[in-house]
Amino acid sequence: MKTYVARRLLALLPVALVVATVAFILIHLAPGDPASVIAGPDATPDDVRRIERQLGLDAPLPVQLVRWYGRLARGDLGQSIFLRKPVTDAILDRVEPTLLLTLFAIAVSVAIGVPAGVISARHHNTGTDQALMVVALLGVSIPNFLLGLLFILFFSVWLGWFPVAGYSPLEYGWALTLRSLVLPAFALGLVQSALIARVTRSSMLDVLREQFITAGRAKGLAERAVVYKHALKNAMIPTITIIGISFAILISGAVVVETVFNIPGLGRLIISAVLRRDYPIIQGVVLCIAGVYMLINLVVDLSYIVFDPRVRYQ
Amino acid sequence: MSVIALPRAEPVPRRASPGWLALITRRKTTLAGAVLMLVMVLVSALAPVLASDPGHMDVARRLSAPGRAHWFGTDDVGRDVWSRVVYGARLSLLVGAAVVGLSFAIGVVCGLAAGYYRRLDNIIMRVMDGLMAFPAIVLAIALMAALGSSVVNVIVAIGVVNAPRVARVVRGSVLVIRETSYVEAARALGASDGVMIVRHVLPNCLSPVIVQGSFVFAAAVLTEAALSFLGVGVPPYVPSWGVILAEGRLYIQQAPWLVIYPGVAIMLTIFGLNLFGDGLRDLLDPKVRGLATERQRAA
Repeated sequence: MKTYVARRLLALLPVALVVATVAFILIHLAPGDPASVIAGPDATPDDVRRIERQLGLDAPLPVQLVRWYGRLARGDLGQSIFLRKPVTDAILDRVEPTLLLTLFAIAVSVAIGVPAGVISARHHNTGTDQALMVVALLGVSIPNFLLGLLFILFFSVWLGWFPVAGYSPLEYGWALTLRSLVLPAFALGLVQSALIARVTRSSMLDVLREQFITAGRAKGLAERAVVYKHALKNAMIPTITIIGISFAILISGAVVVETVFNIPGLGRLIISAVLRRDYPIIQGVVLCIAGVYMLINLVVDLSYIVFDPRVRYQ
Repeated sequence: MSVIALPRAEPVPRRASPGWLALITRRKTTLAGAVLMLVMVLVSALAPVLASDPGHMDVARRLSAPGRAHWFGTDDVGRDVWSRVVYGARLSLLVGAAVVGLSFAIGVVCGLAAGYYRRLDNIIMRVMDGLMAFPAIVLAIALMAALGSSVVNVIVAIGVVNAPRVARVVRGSVLVIRETSYVEAARALGASDGVMIVRHVLPNCLSPVIVQGSFVFAAAVLTEAALSFLGVGVPPYVPSWGVILAEGRLYIQQAPWLVIYPGVAIMLTIFGLNLFGDGLRDLLDPKVRGLATERQRAA
């Protein structure tokens, strides 16, 4: 088990190196000299030189790259050009809504996806199963930002149940926060629940064909115990994987859905940074999200130790 | 000149192998997906006939509801939404096809190289893993920030994001195929690496790649719409479903048709591609299973 954990941790290193390098390259991909692109068309040569110095763009490329790794290792993401504060502060200011939205959405997608998958598997090849799976495929086909817009149209404009857009921070009370996140969380989570349902169904179907299930039924266990105690636990491994992946997908989905609902999170931060060519912010947000993504994948890998005893003996 | 008479071969009765069309039409869902895609292709091809100039503004009739003059209504500067949705289909199709082309060009080459040459495997796949450590939409946004807004850059950004996914699928099947007995036989006969890859390995790893193609296409259409919706995709004057939705968001109370029609267009397109892709996967599956048995035999 220790070697398994060590191997997983070690495998992260090259990936992290590539991620850091890609984020570094971003700023140099822009056609022309990055400093003058950032400074904009109205900048004086002095402005350009100031930005060049500020971003360390006056050093040779390999030196810049090494400095970049060094700064990242210390957790320094640099200064925002437009907001005039450290990138880490800018990100921390915006993390709350994105994190809450993602957690809410994952709760929605698991609460709907797992039961739907189990029901579909139990009633395999019946009308219920087919209807659920067509709905799931339809669900996978709706982009989250579109579903968000349709939700606003239906629940906010026509029915008037929810605010059209906006976010109420936690400091004004969690009830208001929750209310402002209901539509965005469902817009995000429903699409993902379709994926979770499809995976849960197929892995349940595989497990229900196993001999220990037949054995369980033969010794007279109640169908509920067979399905929920024995089958579900064994079917959870692919489901856990997909939930982990979903979490990562939902964070990036939140980036898009935030724009639909005018939620001031990381998504709004990166989009406004793109429009203002504030490269340090873009790099920072991209690195932050990729970091979370990698961390989640690691947690998923390590969770197999709990769910699949075979991994422990590797 | 002598003629050697060979015993005349009895014509082997050809096993009725169902053609592509028959295979696709066999399952209703696959057929439905194919029909949806065909409709999209036809609509894009006939766009100049079906629709008027998508950029024509008629400010006097701004935000008018769907009716006989404008089937899908008009937008905030009086442009015909039907025309914009039709030309949007053209853009989606173009972006989807170009992204599949680009990500396959990169992905197939990298996947073949990584799967076939053991020495390259580690370095290529670590780079691909690194690229896949970014969520697709976030990497696409970042690339668009660096490249600037244009249709070509959207294609490049989405293509680069999807290439590692293709590479992974190709590498996976190459690893299986290179252990098969027919590849071993070809090697024993002295086939060069080039011949081996092009004649023996590539054709046999195509079917999972083709299935991947329909999903990459769907992802490309979705990502383009999302990027354009966020304002970092195609320039605002290009008729794109994402651009229409972004404008529609601002007028959602007065003009819901700005959201509904392009929304339905996106949904039907992705639904069609998913149905078709699912059908294709099931259809091509027996071959993948055939490979698995081949692998067991080799082991």
